[in-house]
Order: sequence, then structure tokens, then C-alpha cells
Amino acid sequence: MDNILSITTFMPALAALILAVFLRGEDEAAQRNAKWVAMATTVITFIASLFILFEFDPNDTGFQFVEEGTWIMGLTYKMGVDGISVLFVMLTTFIMPLVIAASWSVTDRVKEYMIAFLLLETLMLGVFMALDLVLFYLFFEAGLIPMFLIIGIWGGANRIYASFKFFLYTFLGSVLMLVAMVGMYADAGTTDVEMLLNHQFGTETFSLLGIQIVGGMQTLLFLAFFASFAVKMPMWPVHTWLPDAHVQAPTAGSVVLAAILLKLGGYGFIRFSIGMFPVGSDVMAPLVLWMSAIAIVYTSLVALVQEDMKKLIAYSSVAHMGFVTMGIFAANQQGLDGAIFQMLSHGFISGALFLCVGVIYDRMHTREIDAYGGLVNRMPAYALIFMLFTMANVGLPGTSGFVGEFLTLMAVFQVNTWVAAVATTGVIFSAAYALWLYRRVVMGDLIKESLKSITDMSRRERAIFAPLVVMTILLGVYPALILDIIGPSVAALVTQYDTALAAAEAATQFAEN
Amino acid sequence: METIILFAPLVGALLCGFGWRIFGETAAMWIATGLLFLSAVLSWIVFLTFDGTTEQIQILRFIESGSLSTDWSIRLDRLTVIMLIVITTVSSLVHLYSFGYMDHDPQWKEGESYKPRFFAYLSFFTFAMLMLVTADNLVQMFFGWEGVGVASYLLIGFYYRKPSANAAAIKAFVVNRVGDFGFALGIFALFFLTDSIKFDDTFAAAPELAQTQLTFLWSEWNAANLIAFLLFIGAMGKSAQLFLHTWLPDAMEGPTPVSALIHAATMVTAGVFVVCRMSPLMEFAPEAMAFVTFLGAATAFFAATVGLVQTDIKRVIAYSTCSQLGYMFVAAGVGMYSAAMFHLLTHAFFKAMLFLGAGSVIHAMHHEQDMMNYGNLRKKIPYTFWAMMIGTLAITGVGIPVWIFTLGEIPIGFAGFQSKDAIVESAYAAGTGFSFWALVIAALFTSFYSWRLMFLTFYGEARGDKHTHDHAHESPMTMIVPLGVLSIGAIFAGMVWYGSFFGHTDQVAKFYGIPYAEESHGDDHGEAKADDHGDDHGKAKEEHHYMFAGEPGEGAIYIGEDNTVLDDAHKVPYWVKTSPFAAMLIGFLMAYWFYIKNPELPKRLAENQRPLYLFLKNKWYFDELYDFIFVQPAMWIGKKLWKKGDGNVIDGTINGVSMGIVPFFTRLAGRAQSGYIFTYAFAMVIGIAVLVTWMTLSGGGN
Repeated sequence: MDNILSITTFMPALAALILAVFLRGEDEAAQRNAKWVAMATTVITFIASLFILFEFDPNDTGFQFVEEGTWIMGLTYKMGVDGISVLFVMLTTFIMPLVIAASWSVTDRVKEYMIAFLLLETLMLGVFMALDLVLFYLFFEAGLIPMFLIIGIWGGANRIYASFKFFLYTFLGSVLMLVAMVGMYADAGTTDVEMLLNHQFGTETFSLLGIQIVGGMQTLLFLAFFASFAVKMPMWPVHTWLPDAHVQAPTAGSVVLAAILLKLGGYGFIRFSIGMFPVGSDVMAPLVLWMSAIAIVYTSLVALVQEDMKKLIAYSSVAHMGFVTMGIFAANQQGLDGAIFQMLSHGFISGALFLCVGVIYDRMHTREIDAYGGLVNRMPAYALIFMLFTMANVGLPGTSGFVGEFLTLMAVFQVNTWVAAVATTGVIFSAAYALWLYRRVVMGDLIKESLKSITDMSRRERAIFAPLVVMTILLGVYPALILDIIGPSVAALVTQYDTALAAAEAATQFAEN
Repeated sequence: METIILFAPLVGALLCGFGWRIFGETAAMWIATGLLFLSAVLSWIVFLTFDGTTEQIQILRFIESGSLSTDWSIRLDRLTVIMLIVITTVSSLVHLYSFGYMDHDPQWKEGESYKPRFFAYLSFFTFAMLMLVTADNLVQMFFGWEGVGVASYLLIGFYYRKPSANAAAIKAFVVNRVGDFGFALGIFALFFLTDSIKFDDTFAAAPELAQTQLTFLWSEWNAANLIAFLLFIGAMGKSAQLFLHTWLPDAMEGPTPVSALIHAATMVTAGVFVVCRMSPLMEFAPEAMAFVTFLGAATAFFAATVGLVQTDIKRVIAYSTCSQLGYMFVAAGVGMYSAAMFHLLTHAFFKAMLFLGAGSVIHAMHHEQDMMNYGNLRKKIPYTFWAMMIGTLAITGVGIPVWIFTLGEIPIGFAGFQSKDAIVESAYAAGTGFSFWALVIAALFTSFYSWRLMFLTFYGEARGDKHTHDHAHESPMTMIVPLGVLSIGAIFAGMVWYGSFFGHTDQVAKFYGIPYAEESHGDDHGEAKADDHGDDHGKAKEEHHYMFAGEPGEGAIYIGEDNTVLDDAHKVPYWVKTSPFAAMLIGFLMAYWFYIKNPELPKRLAENQRPLYLFLKNKWYFDELYDFIFVQPAMWIGKKLWKKGDGNVIDGTINGVSMGIVPFFTRLAGRAQSGYIFTYAFAMVIGIAVLVTWMTLSGGGN
């Protein structure tokens, strides 16, 4: 299968097209058909992606399964995966069937809903596989649209404000990225990612509007990309769109947002910022590290006082993404390994946590923490699953949440002990807000009249959680499953990064002499 | 065999927790208990046949990233096997005891199934604790460390309907996390400097760390001292030492068997274990160890003072635990790791017994815990009374002063007598006056509150509800048998293992597998003959003096060359050796005077010394202080950051910036709502494509 990547990527889009063209009517049968088509497609996509994983050779640090061809208007279509991106592809295809299953109770415009999610899957997969700048940009930006729609159409009461805020934030950043891409093309004469990774962008300091730009062009390019990726992460202080978006999004939307969309920024940082602008990254790293550490403490404290379950988990997501950016810009093996691990693990854990909220939201139609209490009395299975993911969120060793946190903290300690110490306080705060949430929702006596007849999880709901439970524990106990695959590619990237820094250093000294 | 010891409890936890619906409740509980007893029997076999040589058993790869490489594995040495018998013995007995204690728990409604869950948690805890002590690297240890924390959280909050239990559970976890903060930083620093977190590598690097400076936060530090200090912060949390102790008394919200297993015998001693485990590093960190000694002594004293006035029977024992842990840290702090482990072992037996005895009293008194409502129970529950008596004799350190009579070289007395005296003598020998006197005074208080507990519970008039008292009944056999087994340990453990833990240098060295050499006079150190396993120990004559001659990492503990505390401790003056005994006697007489002779005295004293009484009764106001300086501000800051930071500053700024385009977007949003969204989206995709294409094509001209 020469074009397995394209097949995997566009299969959902094709299904979406079929749904759009052939499925008619709003009756129950049509709705059921739409759901089953979406389910079958996402499952087949997952199976297709398994072929990629099994055929993937971790020790080859270059891009694999590469497909290249000319496309409209003289552009190149190029796809490929390496150790850094292949597991994000897997994460996406793994999560999507669960997302569809979690949407089984949707009744409003089911066809359009499924189309939006299928398109979203294609676009997200495209981001992780694109090896051409323009292609990447298209996937990256177009991915906003289905999400924008999902929040705007199927969201909560305040969905218009939230989707607008989400869009505004992310779109502003991407304009700058576009400008930078034009600049990169002008400098390197290509939009091929593989070639750009080997291209040396200018590092000589120059002054712009009277400001000395250390690291020169690389720093400028870095900042332009940073504007886009930082919002997507999201990093403090441009994180405020996330809690609103989560609160308004339907459960499935929140799961995709937390589990996959937030990873686009992190992936971009690794592929572009670290890969193509090492000197720029190095210049800006101290700032990014501090922003990460502040994010961890700041959002953890904010999470402590939230009254809405989804907001609390959203803020906790921002804190966890703080570990990711911290690991990336520690720019050593443990840091990048940890950052990627943390992103993948957060995909499972935060996805599961939003599903946990979804379970009781479906029953009670409120996310207010105070509306609950004592659920364990009637929902023991739910209590157990929620406990597991609460602990995973807290970073308990033995769950996947631990490995990423541990590696990134260990990495940043080698770079800056202040940042490490501040960020490590996150382990205290996360325990406080997560357990406090669990206590208020699940523990205690069941007093509230409205909860007296609440039912435990259905078979379908348990089936959705099962794969997430397995992954969370499996990766926590045997992290080599991930680390073996990403390790060699990360090692190559770190070497390249260090070499570039050394070369730039030497060049500077040469110029000074 | 070691692998079975390690995983049997995990299997038990899973079978019991998930399988009880299939096997039935009772069968599930017996499966968990049976597997634990299997673990215990195998542990004793391993302990008794162990020859002191360190072994490694690989199980599975764990975190590997660049130069970081860790495994799931078992490190089997003397420290491990001591912990193995402590954990599995107490745990299996507590499992058995729980059959009786947890039966018909009034906290639960009719028909609710809670027992399998309880047993599953207990077994899971045991597994995590075993992972902690068998670790051969710091990450696996951290797994066990946090695992026992979770088990403790689950068990403290076992009565999940009680708000106080839920609060205590969270408090325990969060306070422990404060300790973990330090522990984690210690691990990071160690990896940063030695490129490994395996014990073998870090031990070998210890002498070098002592010569290394590390920039951490605002200053440069000696690496060994800094790392030792950071790791000790973790130990402080787990072992409830002063400043991080506040969770332990609250943890008494958990069922009593839990208090016996986790909050007395095993988990809380993990901190002591870590300090002993890291002895090669600690020996090169004198300043950090001075701090350990000081804090241990301060805790021993502080907790003992608070224990004097508590009236909840479990809280008295909890503070007593806190205080005894302080003793162990003093021993470790002055370099007598062996004495620390000795006290850890004996304490596990007698403290578990005191807790289980207290549980038996509580069970008999229909879950009344206030000692003011007890009294005159001696005849009602005789077995429990005798068990508690033995426990009290052990903890107060009753024995025959060595200048009167010894059996060969072994002092005669209950288990606490040998181990506590070993610590007090070591403290004196190490020349730390403060800790020596703090421990002696703490011994006096210990004796006072322990006898106070006995007198208030078993002697005097019955003060509580008459009906409850009349119906007080002896506990079932499942509860009495564990008390009997533990009492054997509480009586004999000290005498049996005195030589191994606190005997002559060669005895101790052999026990831990440390190479030792004959002490040579003059300067001819070269002649010192290393004697690894003591094959020819029979030749050694009494008058020969030995010294520890191991390198860091050889043997289970490392004793530095200039660490002669063991020898010195045996040579302390007789008044020092007798002082704990005297303190015990005074404490006993005072308790007798206060609670038997003159029962009105305590009340009068409390009224006369009201401020002091309240100060002690309210545990030196630590909880109130922490609430005021940590909890409230954190909530306040969180609120401010949310409403002001996120709301006003960030959103405000961004809204301000985008004021110009807001109307445009609101119009757009309005259209989205009215269903034109797809048109818009399509237009946008095309727009972006055209834009990018144009840009790249024209850019390509350069």
C-alpha cells in the first residue's frame, strides 16, 4: 500500500462526502444510518492506521511512507510520518471511534454533526502527516472550521460567544504564521518540510525599528509561529478561550478539543520551532519556560476555585500543557520524550475526564459541581472510573499521567532549577483541585432529591471507557511502548538542535574575531 | 519466590475487588487474606535464609529516555527483607483481624457490600508498600511511595459518607504531596548530577557528590547535602514529621485496622526506610543529617506533649506513632541506621498491637472512641486488656537496666526497651545534647500518656453510657489471634534481634552484608583484612575490635569510616543507659498519681494551666495556622486570578484590541446561528487556499 497515509487521512472525508450527498431525511432511520456510517468509517480508519504503526520502523529517523505529487496551482502534495508524528496519528484514529460512540444520544442534525466530526478527523490527521508547508497550513487552519461549527451549532446556551472567542484567538495567531511561511519560502525557495528542516535560516543579529533582534531571522520566524502555536496549546496568558470553548462544546466536541486539537500546537512547536528555528528557540526558551511554569501554578490555582466541572478540567488541561511546552523548550531528550508522552497521555486522560462529565451531564443536564454529591452511592462503577482518571490526572505513577510529568520536570531541572521548582509545585496543586472536585461530586452522602434515581453507567458508556482505561494503565506501567517509537527520532532531533546551536555559536565568535 | 511475595497481594486485591460478585463476598475476602499469608510465610523464609548478599531481580522495563534507564525490579538486601517481614506479617494479621472488626459496621446500611472493597484496598496497599521497599531505583520507589499514598487516601476516606473522613483523606494526600515535591526535586537533582537514578550508581557516586557544588535556586549548595535534604522532605511528609505531621491524627478517620497497618506499622515508616536506604548518600551529607536529627528529636518531643492531653483513644496512639517515628529519625540522623531499623521493626509489632487492641476496645464499646467514656473494662475484655498491657510495656520500654542483669550480652525487656534505649544511647554517643534530652523527656511523656490510656480505659470507674458498658463484649477469635501473634513480637523481637541490629560491629556488619575489618592499631591500615561474609567469624575473639570497611553501595547500609557511633553507644556512662528507664518509671508513677490515686487532679491542672492546656489540646494550633497561611490564601489567589486575571486583564485586553473587528464577527456569529455557517466555512477554505497559493507563487519569484 503505497499511499496508506492518504487513504487513512481522506477516508473520513470521503465518508463525510457520501453522507452529505446520499443521506436524506431527518427521521430516525437516517439518523441511525449517519451514526453507523461514521462509526464504521472511524473504526476502519483506525484499522488502516494500525497498518502504519506495524510497518513503521522506529530506528529509521527519517520520514516514512512518504507520498509526493504535484497538486493544483503548482503546489506540492507531500505526506509522511516519522517517530514524532506517527503516534499523534494513532491518537487521532484511536480517539475518534470513541467520540462517535459518545455522540450516540445526539438527536439534533445528526447528519451534519457526523459530517463535521469526520471532516475534523481528516484535517487533524492531515496536520500530523503533511510534509509541505502550504498543505500543513491548510489542514491546520481548516481544522478550526468544523470545531467552530461543532461548538456553534451543538453547543450550550452561550455557544456563540464561545465559538467566536475560540475563533478570534486562534485565527489572529495564524495570520502571523502565514506571513512567516511566506518569508520562509522566500528564504529557502521551497515549501518542503524535509528540506526546510535541513535549511539554515539566518541567525545574525540585526536591528528592527531600533530593537536588537538576537538570533535574527530565526527569532522572528519563531515568534510568528509562536503566536499561532501558543494559542493552540494554549499557553498562559492566551488560554482564556479554552475554558469557554469547553464549557459550551458538546461532550464529544470537548473530547476532541482536549484529546487531539490541543496537541496541534505542541506538535507544531516540535516540528517547526525546534526543528527549523533552533537558534530562535534557544533565544526565546527562557521566556517560554517561565510562561510554562506560570501556567502550571496560575491555572492550577484557578482550577481550585471553579464551580463548573468542565471549566475545572479545562484549566487543568492548560496546566498539563504547561508541562508540555516546558519539556519541549528544555530541548533535551527527556524533555521532548516527556512532552510527546504527556501530550499522548493527556489525550487519553483528559478525553476520559470530559467523558466522565458527559456521563452525568447526560443524566442531570448540569455541570454545576454543587448540583452533585454522593454519586458513589448509586454509581459505583462511575466512581471507580472517575477515580482512576482523577488519579491519572494528578500524575500518579503507574498511570500514563506520571511519565510525561516526571520526564519534563526532570528535563527542565537540567536547564533551570527555578522553573523546575515552581513547576513541581504543580504536583501539590493538581492533587488539591482534582481530589476536591472528586470529593464534591462523588463522595459524601447522597442527599439531593434530584440525584436519588440517577443510574450507573450503561453498557455503551462502559465500553467507551474501557479502551481509555487500558491505555492509561498500560502506558503507565510500560511506557516503552511509546518511548521506543519516539526515542530515535527525538534523539536525532536533539542532536540536530545541539549541532545547530553550536554552529551558530561558532559563527558568532568568528564574526566577533 | 520474591516475585510471588511481591505480586500475590496485587492478585489478591484484583480478585477480591473485582471478583467478589463471582466468588461471593466471603470467598473473595479469604482469597485476599490467603494470598497475603502466603506472602508472609515466603517473606519469613526469605528473611531467615537470607545471607546478606545483595541480589537484583529484573521484572520489566520502565521509563527509558536517553541516558535515563529504569526498570521494574526487586533489590533484595537486608533492609528489604526486614521490611518484607514487617509489611507482610502485620498486613496478613490485619486482614485476618478485619474479618471481625469490619463485620456489621454500623456506618453502612443493610445489604451494602463494603467488605470486599476494604480487603481489596488493604491488599493493594500492601502491594504498593512492597514495591516501595523492593525498588532498586528511585522511580519505582516513587511508584510505591505514591501508591501507598493513594491506598491511604482511599482507606482514610473509606467511610465516604462522613465529611470528616473525606476531608482527612484529601488532607493526607495533599500534605504528602508537599513532601513529594521535595522528593521529586531530589530525584531530579540526583539524575542531573549522576545521570542515573539507580541505587547502585548513585551510591557509587556519593563520595563524588560530597565534593560537588550544585546551583539550585538562589545559591550554590553542596550536592550531597542538598539531595539528602530534598529527599528527606519527602520522608517528612510520609512519616509525619514536624511541619508535615498534620495529616496523621486526622487519618484516624479511617477504620482502625487501617490505622494499625498503614498509619503505625508500615507506610509511615517509609520515610525512615528511605533515609536508611540512602545511607551511602546520607553519610556524605553531615549538615542534612544534623537537620534530620534535630527534626526527629523535635517531633518526638512535640508529638509526645500533644499526646498527653488527647482523649480520643486513636489520636493518642497516632501522636505516639508520630513521636516514635521521631526517635527513628534521630537514630538515622546520627548515623545509626541499624538502630532506626531496629526500632522500626519492634515498633511495627507493638504499635500495630496497640492499634488493634484499641480497635478491639472500640468494637467492644460500640464504636465509642472517647476514653473519657471508658473505664473499668479490664474484666469485660480480658484478652484485649492483656494485649494492650503488653503493648504498653513494650512502648514505654520496660526492662531490666543493663547494670543489674543481662542475658549474656542481651538486655532483658520488652521489645521497645532494647530498641528505644539503643536510640537514646546513640543520640548521646553522637554528642547531640539537644536530641538526647528531647528523647529522654519524650520517653517520660510516652510513659505518661500510655499509662494514662491504660488507666482511663481499663481501670477506675465506668464513666460512659451504662448500657454500652454493660454490653461490652470480648472480640471474636479473628481479632484476638492477631493480637496474640503480635504480642509475641512485642515481647521477644527486641531480645531476639538485639545482636543483629545493635550488637558488636562484626555482628551488625554480617547482618547487613557489610564488609568489615579488624581494627588495627597505629597506622598500618593496610593490614586490615576485609572479611566479606564472615566465614571464619568463629576465629574472632571477644577482645578483637572490628570496623566497617565497605564502600558505598556494598551491603544494605553504608557506615562511613569516621562513623563510630555504634561503638561509642556501647561505651556511654551508666546514667545514660538508665535514663530512659528512669523516665519511664517517673511517667508511670505520675500517670498512676493522676488517674488512679487522685482522679480529680487532671481536671484541676487543666483549669489552672488553661492556656497551656488549650495549646496542647489544639495540637500547637498547627491546623489553624496552616489554614490561615496556606489554604485560605490559595483559594483567595485562585479567585483573584480567575476573576481579575483571566476576566479583566486578559480578556479585557484582548477584547479591547479586537474592538474594531468585534462588530464584524458578531454579525458573522449571527449568521452562523441562522444557518449560513456552511456557506461561510466553504468560502473560508477557498479563501485560505487562494491566499496561500498567491503568496507562495509570488514569493517564489525571489
